[in-house]
Amino acid sequence: MSTLMSGAKMLLECLVREGVDCIFGYPGGVTLPFYDVLYDHHVRHVLVRHEENAAFAAEGYARATGKVGVCCATSGPGATNLTTGLVDAMMDSIPIVAITGQVTSKLIGSDAFQEADTFGITRPCTKHNFLVKRIDDLAQAVHEAFYIAASGRPGPVLVDVTKDALQAQGHYQPVTSIHLPGYKVFTEGHTGQIRRAVQMIQESERPLVYAGGGIIAAGAAADLREFVELTDSPAVNTLMGLGGLPSEHPNFISMPGMHGSYAANMAMTNADLLIALGVRFDDRVTGRLAAFAPHAKVIHVDIDPAEIGKNRAPDVPIVGDVKRVLAKINKLLAEDKTAVPAAARRAWWRQIREWKAEHPLQVVTSDTEIKPQHLMAEIDRLSNGQAIVTSDVGQHQMWAAQLIRFAEPRLWLNSGGLGSMGFGLPAAIGAQFARPDKLVFSLVGDGGFQMSIPELATVASYGLPIKIVCMNNGYLGMVRQWQTLFYNDRLSAVELDCFPDAEKLAAAYGFKGKTIDKPWELAPALEEAVKAPGPYLLNVKVSPFECVYPMVPAGGAIHEMVLGPPQPVAVP
Amino acid sequence: MMQVISLLLENKPGALMRVTGLLSQRGYNIESLTVARTLDPEVSRMTIAVEVETAQRQQVIKQMNKLINVLQATDLTELPSVMRELVLVRIRMPQETRQAVLKEAEIFGGRVVDSSTEGFVIEVTADPEKLGEFIDVMGSYGEIEVARSGALVIALDPKKLKLQPPVLTKKLEEVY
Repeated sequence: MSTLMSGAKMLLECLVREGVDCIFGYPGGVTLPFYDVLYDHHVRHVLVRHEENAAFAAEGYARATGKVGVCCATSGPGATNLTTGLVDAMMDSIPIVAITGQVTSKLIGSDAFQEADTFGITRPCTKHNFLVKRIDDLAQAVHEAFYIAASGRPGPVLVDVTKDALQAQGHYQPVTSIHLPGYKVFTEGHTGQIRRAVQMIQESERPLVYAGGGIIAAGAAADLREFVELTDSPAVNTLMGLGGLPSEHPNFISMPGMHGSYAANMAMTNADLLIALGVRFDDRVTGRLAAFAPHAKVIHVDIDPAEIGKNRAPDVPIVGDVKRVLAKINKLLAEDKTAVPAAARRAWWRQIREWKAEHPLQVVTSDTEIKPQHLMAEIDRLSNGQAIVTSDVGQHQMWAAQLIRFAEPRLWLNSGGLGSMGFGLPAAIGAQFARPDKLVFSLVGDGGFQMSIPELATVASYGLPIKIVCMNNGYLGMVRQWQTLFYNDRLSAVELDCFPDAEKLAAAYGFKGKTIDKPWELAPALEEAVKAPGPYLLNVKVSPFECVYPMVPAGGAIHEMVLGPPQPVAVP
Repeated sequence: MMQVISLLLENKPGALMRVTGLLSQRGYNIESLTVARTLDPEVSRMTIAVEVETAQRQQVIKQMNKLINVLQATDLTELPSVMRELVLVRIRMPQETRQAVLKEAEIFGGRVVDSSTEGFVIEVTADPEKLGEFIDVMGSYGEIEVARSGALVIALDPKKLKLQPPVLTKKLEEVY
């Protein structure tokens, strides 16, 4: 059974069959045929104001739901603008499919108008990519793209379709099978290694769960919780893994790494067993690799074989879907009656509690100015672990990760691996479309916000009730922090001395905005923003010279944290 | 050290780019690369010699295996295997050394594929090291121009390299 239709119609048909209900995109010359069929179709197209933000919004959608996010751009500049979002999705293993138009196949290679080698440019930016020049190859490529994006270690896949393929008429044969002989996904985990892991866990005196974004990608939060409770292990969640274990869970310590808590980093350094689940031993977590977790044996579970042993050689490598592997481990643990070294475990917990008490993550407040930590604490109070918080990159991202609680996965959406400024607002747009029921905070810095300002139009035009909270310190705060600490306070090109009047800016787009700079204004202003029915832009002027602590200087070991600003030396 | 990788990959547009891109992306310099069809016209075999730190060798193979067009990547650096390379040397030398050049070529198992008043074109197949020696010797007789094919390798253990790749066909209903 087949139906004659245009390539554009076929493309849309494939998307619908993949369950796509929302496309973030920006039209252009060669995608005209596709936009023409979209005109009278129920699939929602969200018109962003810049293609990069289409990719970020698709990521926000995917991160908030676990479904594949879809973005669409035209050839040439449209496609090149997508690339930052593609690399971002690649680094954080986020499933998105990007559809780009390409010039007519006969013109490829002729430097035609708006031609760029999208296939070549995006090769290293994607998990896989396709160039479709014939309508006969279209449906297969689109379905394979979705399969590749969502399976195994998720990631971005791009399908570049020539205009003539979109215009051609062809027979749509529903695709019934995916044939990818070179695509290998290992999900189950090696039984022998799983048994070894269980034994090692039972014998461990100072175990520590080091859980990352893989837990969220695999939907393994419940299994993680069960595991942590069965073993009563302390657990840290990485920046990408926040929400994997509820922040309120008694076994949750906090985030480790460069700006991780004292307790988390000390626990990493002193553990005798790291149970690494869906993590990649990123340099921002490990600090100086040679000094990282020096006493620990490592069990490393990851779906990507290339992550295992990449940075740290594990004692027990397990290639598999962390959900399935954890389920098996939990089953064995529940049956296993081996006595654990209980006294040593109690001492370990005692030690961790001491570390927590010694240097807790503190909410600093002031009577005269708004401290950034105070802002995070207030957002945390209003969210109470339930709201979606998207962030940009920099100081506000780190304070948020330290101080805002997340009760479940897919609430904390940030650009972790790539660290793309300008991510927060478009990601919030994607997340709000995906979860219209949710309160969404788009937490941005004054730097990143000005990279994504055009998307205020998208927010306004769709009436998205996103609460944009701009932590405004008048600087590229994190760069400024490094210049202060490591470059003799020579503040080079980091001051953002011009920022628009937030109230007028928001009003120009037809919604409410406000600027505050007094600590007593903070709580009421945030409450007003949350209560406002539509979008809201709250510009919060915070103390400009605050630094994020603890901090592990680049190249340092994670237990060698700088815990606070240098104390002023008394002048005699 | 020099790592020798044998790849079976789908004969699809862009497949070569993915492999070479992966290496250049990680800052590795390709020493030689050969690629041609296997018995199955949809599958190519590629042999790559590349300078990689020993500690990174396994990582490179794992990354290769992640490429969707790669059916199988094998590290042949330390496996029993046969390596051969072909060289074409054009040599221009004085008349009086013609005989000597032919003798030398014979020692290396070379074959004259073209002869002119100015000199010869000689073809030699050997392992790359041997070819290096041959080229040095020829260079001592006169002006030379060299075209090398790049190394070709085949494993001696039949289990390590299969002509028929493992086939994974998923029904869509199972996928979703």
